[in-house]
Amino acid sequence: MLKGEIALVTGASRGIGRAIAMLLAEQGATVVGTATTESGAAGIGQALTEVGHQGMGLVLNVSDQASVDAALAQMTEAFGAPSILVNNAGITRDNLLMRMKDDEWDSVIDTNLTSLYRLSKACLRAMTKARKGRIINIASVVGAMGNAGQTNYAAAKAGMMGFTKSLAREVGSRGVTVNCVAPGFIDTDMTRSLPDAHRESLLSAIPLARLGQPEEIASAVAFLASPGGAYITGETLHVNGGMHMA
Amino acid sequence: MSSVEDRVRKIVVEQLGVKEEEVNAEASFVDDLGADSLDTVELVMALEEEFETEIPDEDAEKITTVQQAIDYINAHQA
Repeated sequence: MLKGEIALVTGASRGIGRAIAMLLAEQGATVVGTATTESGAAGIGQALTEVGHQGMGLVLNVSDQASVDAALAQMTEAFGAPSILVNNAGITRDNLLMRMKDDEWDSVIDTNLTSLYRLSKACLRAMTKARKGRIINIASVVGAMGNAGQTNYAAAKAGMMGFTKSLAREVGSRGVTVNCVAPGFIDTDMTRSLPDAHRESLLSAIPLARLGQPEEIASAVAFLASPGGAYITGETLHVNGGMHMA
Repeated sequence: MSSVEDRVRKIVVEQLGVKEEEVNAEASFVDDLGADSLDTVELVMALEEEFETEIPDEDAEKITTVQQAIDYINAHQA
């Protein structure tokens, strides 16, 4: 279904990013998955090639422009410029606002939001030229609902949605779509670190009464990347078991 | 090898989807040839590729007509 496509997935060493990278590859795309460490990148490359998929892992720090330029150059050299960009890399530095440190605010905004500016800009030239492209940003239900202790994270994720709508308007005439997928609570390392009591109260707020699986986010991304998603742009697709109905 | 003028005209025709006879020297990309802001960005990118040069944003903003594009390339060709 995605044969001939070249996908770049940031933050692909584990969790949601890894599931996205594997599913896009399974559907025929050549996938470059990025991680912040050499070992993480090697792990992605291994996971892809082990099952016979085309692709590789690359080291990328999305908060560093030089690193973005280098990774894009390497990727283009190996496979060509990306036709699908999945901005998934993200971090949390939770704290109540009154206790939040400047670096907790700055690092979350930089890694989760400014990275979209860097990566999208780097990929758009080839996409507009090809008159075809998909940019899919992994937001969060928190960007729509808010969450105590996550002003930085929620601001970044809500910022993504505004960025997505504006860029969708800019490049729609060139056949490039820009969308968000907003996961709810997904069973990953990020949510496994939550205290049990918090998990219980979360579950009671989810109509489907369970956490989501990374693969369930990946299938939403694959849909938006597929020819079937061609007429959707500027949209945020919520995948959260019903905990938030937009 | 065709002249800079011919190559610039060819790019303008391709990028903006206009007829060759419309592309006279004084034609403005936006006012005469119907380019929108994204078209002008893409036009500059195409010029950069054709002539293997980098056009800084502050220069790119000043290239608004066919003649200005030709002049810029002529002035900055190695």
